[in-house]
Amino acid sequence: MFTIIDLVQPNNLDEAYQILSDKRNNTILGGCAFLKMGKKRINTGVDLTNLKLSYIQERDNFIEIGAMTSLRELETHPLLKEYYNGVLPQSVRDIIGVQFRNGVTVGASVYSKYGFSDLITALLCLDTEVELFKAGRMPLADFLTMPKAKDILVRLWIKKTLRQAIYLSFRSSASDYSVLNVAVSKLDNHWTIAVGARPSKAAIAVSASAMLSQEVLTLEEIEEIAQKASEELSFGTNQRGTATYRKALCKALVKRGIMEVLPCKSN
Amino acid sequence: MQIELTINEKAVKWEVAFDELLADTLRSHGFLSIKTACDTSCCGLCTVWIDGKSRLSCSILSLQAHGKKITTIEGLPKEAEEFAQILSAEGAEQCGFCSPGFIMSVLAMKNELVNPSEEEIIHYLTGNLCRCTGYMGQLRAIKTFLGVA
Repeated sequence: MFTIIDLVQPNNLDEAYQILSDKRNNTILGGCAFLKMGKKRINTGVDLTNLKLSYIQERDNFIEIGAMTSLRELETHPLLKEYYNGVLPQSVRDIIGVQFRNGVTVGASVYSKYGFSDLITALLCLDTEVELFKAGRMPLADFLTMPKAKDILVRLWIKKTLRQAIYLSFRSSASDYSVLNVAVSKLDNHWTIAVGARPSKAAIAVSASAMLSQEVLTLEEIEEIAQKASEELSFGTNQRGTATYRKALCKALVKRGIMEVLPCKSN
Repeated sequence: MQIELTINEKAVKWEVAFDELLADTLRSHGFLSIKTACDTSCCGLCTVWIDGKSRLSCSILSLQAHGKKITTIEGLPKEAEEFAQILSAEGAEQCGFCSPGFIMSVLAMKNELVNPSEEEIIHYLTGNLCRCTGYMGQLRAIKTFLGVA
């Protein structure tokens, strides 16, 4: 059972960051769905409810998503159904149930860098930046490899493009965690393959993504690239599957992903 | 700490601990329709509405419900009975332990989706576990209830 000794709901980010920094075990709270499964001992929990960070907003060149936006809002928002072939709604729709997704927040899902995350994989195949209160704005891929430091994820910025994307996951049963998940996207001839639940956090298959940027792709070439993706990324073993199993799944899902995105027009 | 909220249209002030979960607070105040069963936020038995949206009351701190409007099945006797009649007529009710949370989800779905297909119904209600029925009777009852049979 987790414990919280004190809880505050600050009215601005400066105050939130100040309280977060005061003690080592002061923690930002998201929806609290994952927190309650752990044994974390929190001194002061910082709840961001009053900061009006639950929104999805269309800007000139970006889609802006506040950290306290729920996964269900991500799933049902018309803008996100329209953009990127609906890859973001697609990535979250199988996470447990509606009443769970109504509570879980985008900020906590991304900031925690959960290995099992479906959302991070999908965001990684788009042109996504995270905005942190202290460290500022940076590409999601950089944030994921950065050492953990105390900060507050304020919002996400996703570049508005005609990028076409697909999200695929393999689950042992509906609504369970992914055994492996894959997102593939294409903008003009620039492809991105992201693989998550390896079971470590999602990463881009850089070489395989680069190999895809050709005019015509034959079935043999696609299979070769999928093979490459499964070789350049590392996989681990946990209760849901072995590293060998995940590697085989990766090849199959990447191939499927490429073949689904291939006929989509992104220019 | 004291929180103020509206529970089934009634304003209340409750003392809660900082790490208390809403499901436990609700049960301690007599809302015994709230069940918890899985401990991993996946069964849906503790479902209530917060500001009209279905939520797992086992996965939110009571303090986060401060200032909000909570609805439990105790606050929807008419709608719940109407659906329960159909549910039992279809033979879809066995032990009944999952029913309050399940019915809260079905009523939320009725408010949110217009003429849902079978696939949409199943997707919306995934995350509401029932260990007796196998779901087929429930699906028949839902279709009758929504008039999409």
